[in-house]
Amino acid sequence: MKGNKEQMAKARFKIVSRREEGTASSLLASWFFLGPALLVIVVFFFLPVLAAFLMSFTDFDIYSLGNFQYARLIGLRNYTQIFHDPLFWKALQNTFYFVVVGGPLSIAVSLCAAMLIHSKLVKYKGVFRVVYFAPVVTTLVAVAVVWRFVYHPRFGLLNYAFGLLGISPVDWLGDPFWAMPAIIVLAVWKNFGYTMIIFLAGLQNISESLYEAARIDGASAWQQFKHVTLPMLAPTTLFISVITMIGYFQLFAEPYVMTQGGPLNRTLSIVLLMYQQGFRWWNMGYSAALAFVLFLVILAASLVQFRIQKGEAA
Amino acid sequence: MRKILLKSALYAILVIGAGITLTPILWMLSASFMKMGEANTFPPHFLPHHLTLEHYIALFTRLSLARYVFNSLLLAAIVTLVSLLLNSMAGYAFAKLRFPGRNRIFKTLLAAMVIPAQVTMLPLFLMLNKMGLINTYMGVIIPGMASIFGIFLIRQYALSIPDSLLDAARIDGASDLRVYVSVILPLCKPILITLAIFTFMGTWNDFLWPLIVMTDDSMYTLPVALANLSGEHVQDTELMMAGSVVTILPVMLLFLSLQKYYISGILAGGVKE
Repeated sequence: MKGNKEQMAKARFKIVSRREEGTASSLLASWFFLGPALLVIVVFFFLPVLAAFLMSFTDFDIYSLGNFQYARLIGLRNYTQIFHDPLFWKALQNTFYFVVVGGPLSIAVSLCAAMLIHSKLVKYKGVFRVVYFAPVVTTLVAVAVVWRFVYHPRFGLLNYAFGLLGISPVDWLGDPFWAMPAIIVLAVWKNFGYTMIIFLAGLQNISESLYEAARIDGASAWQQFKHVTLPMLAPTTLFISVITMIGYFQLFAEPYVMTQGGPLNRTLSIVLLMYQQGFRWWNMGYSAALAFVLFLVILAASLVQFRIQKGEAA
Repeated sequence: MRKILLKSALYAILVIGAGITLTPILWMLSASFMKMGEANTFPPHFLPHHLTLEHYIALFTRLSLARYVFNSLLLAAIVTLVSLLLNSMAGYAFAKLRFPGRNRIFKTLLAAMVIPAQVTMLPLFLMLNKMGLINTYMGVIIPGMASIFGIFLIRQYALSIPDSLLDAARIDGASDLRVYVSVILPLCKPILITLAIFTFMGTWNDFLWPLIVMTDDSMYTLPVALANLSGEHVQDTELMMAGSVVTILPVMLLFLSLQKYYISGILAGGVKE
């Protein structure tokens, strides 16, 4: 049976590869359809990536802006400078804080929301789904402006609500300790609905018979969650963790609007630092190097995540 | 009995969660109609004591918000239309046409999706600067004209269209262009609508790139204008809330009216073949 399947797959592959060769007339047609999009992507994506890589080895700055010839090759100096820049380490630390705390928190909240809505006891699923999803479709800049007032030390809703519980007011965005947690809460609020939808689809794909079998074996609700739901959701969870992490590494608009990276650089992110270096101080060579460091960090973190989850599954 | 208890607990959590989720949005809406200074009172007012439209009027008269709405609408509409055309053509080619290197090119594109857009921004800025396109609509439109994600989405969808349908059209003498226009496009309508919503919202909500490209006040998109205003009008809470409402409302309405397509799009991008 298995050998048969393999043979079929091989035969199919042959057909597919023969098809790929095509004829001359269809080649022209293919490029007619593919050409425009590919041209845009090559010229305005691949070329800039290559250029950014080259730029990261130059001292491209405001003087080079008028005449590119003023930029000189300086080898790895931007990169060594980055590693000696305390602001970079601060930004890296803050970004990791945001990713490592904010990422799992968003995933946990979205899984909880998905499981609640998925529960057989709950009606009006559509209503709850739309409500929880609403923050996703809002404009990040606009809700950052709104949340800045929610966090207002004197008139904000959050301190009012905490006041009712007897907790004394906190200057959320002005306090070096609380500023990043405040931004994390905003990010979780804004993003959990998106991954909740993916989890909901994943939950719907788990066969009810698995739960029945677990119940017959006397499994408690927690055991069912741990031994049926979580393993069955593993591929979904891996996908969600990777996209959440990649998105969170690119933290920018929240600190730009709410804190400008402060207080005491506690909310300065890598992209914000990159933006300031590149487009405020026009240290474009340095900024390009920062962009590549960010890219490498994201790449490494994604690989680690795939490795960990694969290890768990095995 | 236990079931009823459990059920009430579930609803309680869901309702509280919904309350927390909606509070910032509802408060934004409510505060935008408050008289100046009313949002900065303690204890906070949840509803305006006197309804006023003064902030909306100020935004559209004194602060030329109409201009930013126009910019945002125009850019989002053009990027959506152009990218829909280019992405659907390329998606069709990858799914249904045979040419050498097809798989290799497609795999290269997919692999490139891990590169964050921020990497391209500096050279892209310099390029557009040389072309004289900084501070023009083209500066935002050009990089958005095609997207790997869009091509991927359409290709996956077009793969499910049976070849026999295309062959039938070809036997009737239809050219590849004809097949694209009268078979592929109509059959791909759901995914095209989905991609259109994604692109429109993405362009409307985008912040970093328009912030970089649009240096002149009159070219700002709504998010850029709002971020700028919020720096100048830190104290004018009600005004800023009205500005946020104007920024959020269009995409919110778009989502509510085309919810089904938006959600199926998330799943199409999220679930592997």
